[in-house]
Amino acid sequence: MLALVVVLSVIFFIPSYQPFYQALPGWLKKVMPNKGITLGLDLQGGIHLVMEVDEDRAVEIAVDRSVVSLQDGLVDKKIPVESVARTGPAQVTIQFQNAELKAQIQKLNDDYPTFSETQSAGTANRLVWELREIEVKRIKDSAINQALETIRNRIDQFGVAEPMVQRQGLKQIVVQLPGVKEPKRARDLIKETALLEFKMLDEDNQPKLDLPARIPKDKEADVLKQVEGKLPEGDQILFERAFEKDTGREYRIPYLVKKRVMLTGDVLSDARVSIGQFNDPYVSITFDAKGGREFERITGDNVKKRMAVVLDNTIYSAPVIQDRITGGRAQITGTFSMQEANDLAIVLRAGALPAPLKIIQDLTVGPSLGKDSIEKGVQATLFAGAMVVVFMIVYYRMSGVIADFALVLNLLCLIGALSALNATLTLPGIAGIVLTMGMGVDSNVLIFERIREELRLGKAVRLAVDGGYDKALLTIVDSHVTTLITGVALFLFGTGPIKGFAVTLCLGIGINLFTALIGTKVIFDLLNQRHKVEQLSI
Amino acid sequence: MLEILRKTDIDFMGKRRWAFLFSGIMVVLGIVAVIQVARGSANLGIDFAGGTAVQLKFDQAIRVDEARKALEANGLADAELQEFGQENKLLIRLKASTTIEEKVAERVVAVFTKEFPSNHFVVDSSMEIGPTIGQKLQQDALIAVVISFAGIIFYVAARFELRFGIAAALATFHDVLAVLGAFYVLDKEITLLVVTALLTLAGYSMTDTVVVFDRIRENLRMRRRDSEETIINNAVNQVLSRTIVTSFTVVLVLIPLTLAGGEVLHDFSLALLWGVIFGTYSSIFVASPLLLLWPGASGRLLKRS
Repeated sequence: MLALVVVLSVIFFIPSYQPFYQALPGWLKKVMPNKGITLGLDLQGGIHLVMEVDEDRAVEIAVDRSVVSLQDGLVDKKIPVESVARTGPAQVTIQFQNAELKAQIQKLNDDYPTFSETQSAGTANRLVWELREIEVKRIKDSAINQALETIRNRIDQFGVAEPMVQRQGLKQIVVQLPGVKEPKRARDLIKETALLEFKMLDEDNQPKLDLPARIPKDKEADVLKQVEGKLPEGDQILFERAFEKDTGREYRIPYLVKKRVMLTGDVLSDARVSIGQFNDPYVSITFDAKGGREFERITGDNVKKRMAVVLDNTIYSAPVIQDRITGGRAQITGTFSMQEANDLAIVLRAGALPAPLKIIQDLTVGPSLGKDSIEKGVQATLFAGAMVVVFMIVYYRMSGVIADFALVLNLLCLIGALSALNATLTLPGIAGIVLTMGMGVDSNVLIFERIREELRLGKAVRLAVDGGYDKALLTIVDSHVTTLITGVALFLFGTGPIKGFAVTLCLGIGINLFTALIGTKVIFDLLNQRHKVEQLSI
Repeated sequence: MLEILRKTDIDFMGKRRWAFLFSGIMVVLGIVAVIQVARGSANLGIDFAGGTAVQLKFDQAIRVDEARKALEANGLADAELQEFGQENKLLIRLKASTTIEEKVAERVVAVFTKEFPSNHFVVDSSMEIGPTIGQKLQQDALIAVVISFAGIIFYVAARFELRFGIAAALATFHDVLAVLGAFYVLDKEITLLVVTALLTLAGYSMTDTVVVFDRIRENLRMRRRDSEETIINNAVNQVLSRTIVTSFTVVLVLIPLTLAGGEVLHDFSLALLWGVIFGTYSSIFVASPLLLLWPGASGRLLKRS
């Protein structure tokens, strides 16, 4: 049994030690387990993000969309209303002058079954619709799932080995990207909402506002203050990002834009980076069939007008529509670096997030620190281990050698077990290994001290060994179980690194019991059988 | 055979008054630390309190006062700086008053890029934690502590007797509080890793106490005539060489980890190191004498067996 455990441990241990594993012949690799221990982020560098989906915003966005579609519906049915607007998180208010229209508009409610009419808030000229509670819940719920899916897509395209994207609790998403070299870029890629919208500029009203031609970056708030209260109904100010040709300095151009969304990024089927004639990268997008028709209609209706390409409320370009655009293709130009264009194409392909994400935890470990910690940790552990090994031999002689053998066996089994479970090894995990080594030594010390006591009483070697093991047994079990209780509590309630520590601790304790009570006893018994031991070197 | 200690016969129980006095002081310190942690005025790590920590590794040495000046000039006056001498590493910490949306980590990096253009650096690690997560972690850590203590008392009470369980738990609590108190007095940062270390040492100290208790129980059964005080004293003396050898080997492991294990492991190993020393002390001088304080007949254990 002892031999079996050792062989199994070695088999599972090998994949963790890559240089040796690579040197194995191919046929052996096929039958061998192929995954060893994964190094935690603190050891190999990478990012760990915990994000929260802004659910309330997701509901608002959904309601905003309904408002737009309602506006379109009213225009189609030729029902003249004064305004349709979202007036609360999940509330839509329709104002109209002609009270006779009320019944007609009420009938439209049939097309929007997710909304119910709040009669108490209505008047002869006003209708108030509220998104149903059950729909609010559904949107919130699907928001996080959609966000998960989108983030997964983006990371897949970004190319990270073994990423982890997981839901945690009700509304949190955990993303782990081991070994990422450009943490900032990866973070931006994940976090970007990437809501692509096409909106029309309000060129008729813009001159009245007396907007500055250009402003420095970060001064947007001043402009918004200047026009406060003067904005025409249904309009908003958005800023285009632009760069000075010679210095490359970034600035902003304010535009008056109609709030109404003509088309969103939902209808994209593809987005690719292309290179323009001046070697400037841009993103060319392809609409799906429905989007293509829609785009053709919109551009046809608005020839010679300017349309803004808006991504996350920033205008990337605002070209004049020269002609009806057929074929379902368009370009997003702007001043991009190759990398920016690439990342933009990725987020557009992967789709928009249903709502903005809030990063609530961000751990980034540079690869150099990880390497440092491994080297130092391993060196210190090896050194410490060597000191213990030497001490045991000096203090207990031959028996010390047996104890050291148990220690090595212990370590081998523990790493083997961790590999077999594909566990992730973190720095606290290494600490846990060191601790179990300490406990392993302790078990042997307990046993040896007991054997010494028995020998002092004048018992024969064989009896002394058996007696020592017997008497130490209870103590060892008791002490291991109490530590195990701590380990289990840590595993159940600990988070992240603490959990890793708990795993190694609990495994270590189990293995320790085995090696201390069975492993070394077997050797003592073997020694006793082969040679009649008169004097025990202990 | 090589022995550190031959048969000893030290009157540990007789010295219990001094031990209780010393332990009392340490426990009070620890309680003060716990109160300060609860009030939020202790040096809680970023992972509990929320905030930002950025560690930079420079090519050339950087002076802390210059770095502080640079940060102050850029509106990051409340940053705490810590340097790791030989390797030109600088740790910048900002506590939670700032929200994560502000991208504090990026601001810190920008400040150093601007103010020290000739001294190239890389970001070793950065950590930004929202205050809500910190609270959740505090809560989780507290639950883990309470559950493990309850479990241990229950187990020891079941294996021995209630007073053993309570004495063991009190002694363990004493060790954790003593280390926490020491960390507080030295104004060391209490991070998630330090809490892990505290829980580990709780397990370790428990082991130590259980070993002594086991011997006491064994002796109580064998020698009915001696007074309880003598029996306990003898038991402590009998396991003394084991206690010392074990603690010595663990200390042997922890010293290199503390000195050379790298900055991440340093505080962790330090907490454990102190914990082992306190744990050894407490199983001899605190846990066992506590058994004597328990009112009641000394023969109860015997009836059970």
